[in-house]
Amino acid sequence: METLAMPAINFAAIMPETILSAVAMALLLVNVFVRSEQKAYLGYLSLIGILVTFFPIVAGWNAPVELQSGFNGAVLQDNFSLFFKGIFLVSAALSILISDQYMQREGCNHGELYPLILLATAGMMLMASGTDLMVIFLGLELLSVALYVLAGFNRDKLKSNEAGLKYFLLGAFSTGFLLYGMALTFGATGTTKIAGIAAYVAANPMITGNQMFLVGMLLMGVGFSFKIAAAPFHMWTPDVYEGAPTPMTAFMSVGPKAAGFAAFLRVFMIALPAYKPEWSALLWVLAVLTMTVGNITALFQQDIKRMLAYSSIAHAGYVLVGFVAGNAVGTAGIMFYMLSYAFMNIGAFAIILLVGRKGEPNNNVADYAGFGFKHPLLGLAMSIFLFSLAGIPPAAGFIGKFYIFSGAIQAGYIWLAIIGVLNSAASVYYYLRVMVFMYMKDPVEEFDWLKVTPAHALCLLVAVAGVLIPGIVPGYLLELAQKAVFF
Amino acid sequence: MVPLPYYLIVSGILFSIGTIGVLTRRNAIVIFMCVELMLNAVNLTFIAFSHELGKIDGQVFVFFIMTVAAAEAAVGLALMIAFYKNRESIDVEDVNLMKW
Repeated sequence: METLAMPAINFAAIMPETILSAVAMALLLVNVFVRSEQKAYLGYLSLIGILVTFFPIVAGWNAPVELQSGFNGAVLQDNFSLFFKGIFLVSAALSILISDQYMQREGCNHGELYPLILLATAGMMLMASGTDLMVIFLGLELLSVALYVLAGFNRDKLKSNEAGLKYFLLGAFSTGFLLYGMALTFGATGTTKIAGIAAYVAANPMITGNQMFLVGMLLMGVGFSFKIAAAPFHMWTPDVYEGAPTPMTAFMSVGPKAAGFAAFLRVFMIALPAYKPEWSALLWVLAVLTMTVGNITALFQQDIKRMLAYSSIAHAGYVLVGFVAGNAVGTAGIMFYMLSYAFMNIGAFAIILLVGRKGEPNNNVADYAGFGFKHPLLGLAMSIFLFSLAGIPPAAGFIGKFYIFSGAIQAGYIWLAIIGVLNSAASVYYYLRVMVFMYMKDPVEEFDWLKVTPAHALCLLVAVAGVLIPGIVPGYLLELAQKAVFF
Repeated sequence: MVPLPYYLIVSGILFSIGTIGVLTRRNAIVIFMCVELMLNAVNLTFIAFSHELGKIDGQVFVFFIMTVAAAEAAVGLALMIAFYKNRESIDVEDVNLMKW
């Protein structure tokens, strides 16, 4: 038995996580002294915490390697993880901006919301920068446990209870698979470090014939697929997205998915390149299945939150296309796409949230009849988000899809790209259907209950800018994404 | 000394029992117990490998899994209580408000 050596700790490598966790714990304390109608201040404080967290992320960009890694190689804050951390912070900030209004309206204005969002964000960050299976697992659980609570946050509402319970049971179930995969990988290679696994496989090429290692990889793939909601492991998504409070649906549709992809990419690309033919064939099937199931089911949805849930499954499919490609263009495309997805999806949920009122979520597509005439600006914003989700230029969603599919073509996956484009074309139908209701039907409602708070307006402005600016001048962000690719 | 494959077979069986339990049982608490069984099968695998390979990483991993499982249990049981308060049932057949 070796003794446990004291690891080389480098707190700079986990500075963003440290700040977020510290702010979260401070907020939990402050929460006790804040009266329930003033919980919005906790939201502002957490936004300050998020802004502060941006500093180490910007400062850490292109840092020398010895400053990036910490805790004896268990975390690595490279450009790849920094880019993803930026995505998580953006999605957390946008979700916090739209939370207070909804929570007050629905009477579940509990202050614990904001610390939980911050802790979930810290968990995502650990997943993105973890280079040890242990750290990835801990990040995943920190994220998931916080999200179980957030999904069931409206505890007096049965739908929210159901969402939380379903998410919890299926999430814990999938964690079991992920962990068993990790255990078998540990047994086959004798290490939990991703770099160690890669080195072991390089030194013993025969290991790829080891059944245990293969099963370990497959089980890890299943565990990650649950988290990114790839078909056939997507069953929980629509129910959880529909039942969870809308701002939390927005939050959990972007960040956790991006975090799942970050960890998935790092484990499979760095630790298991020896199995690349096997896993890219598997992911090929998974990508096609995910895109098709997501898009076709979304065609039949009447509930707009469910529709966006299926659309988020389809988007996971597009991102998987970039993963299968496995080259620099595809990976940069994934990062660019996840960032623009954060803006467009949270923006769309922000509008959905406004259309609803207490007791009447107004989630049916038909409830949007005439919305575009009654509120031209909000209608325009919703149209921009829907165009971007459908992948129509000049929105950012188009550029992201373009890059992902061109990555697939460069890697020789022509058919995959064709299926992806066909799917994307099919998806236009259900996105535009909402717009048909918004602009081509006579208004049934007056929509006079709509109240756009300053925070909400800020969220919408940022989201519109985040969709349009990278869509029209994608150069800068694409360059960042390309520099962030880890190979 | 018990050889490694015995441990792996036992943990494989435990994991399968847990998985089947999750898929077939109807009571949310029993389902959660089956998930815990799966996690413990993983723990056994880790410990067996850790002992066999002479590497302490596996045992450290087990500590983390146990801690996380405890945290998960706290949150999960709280969610079940919230559900029970509104629905007066803990049967997953009654988790049926949303269907496509």
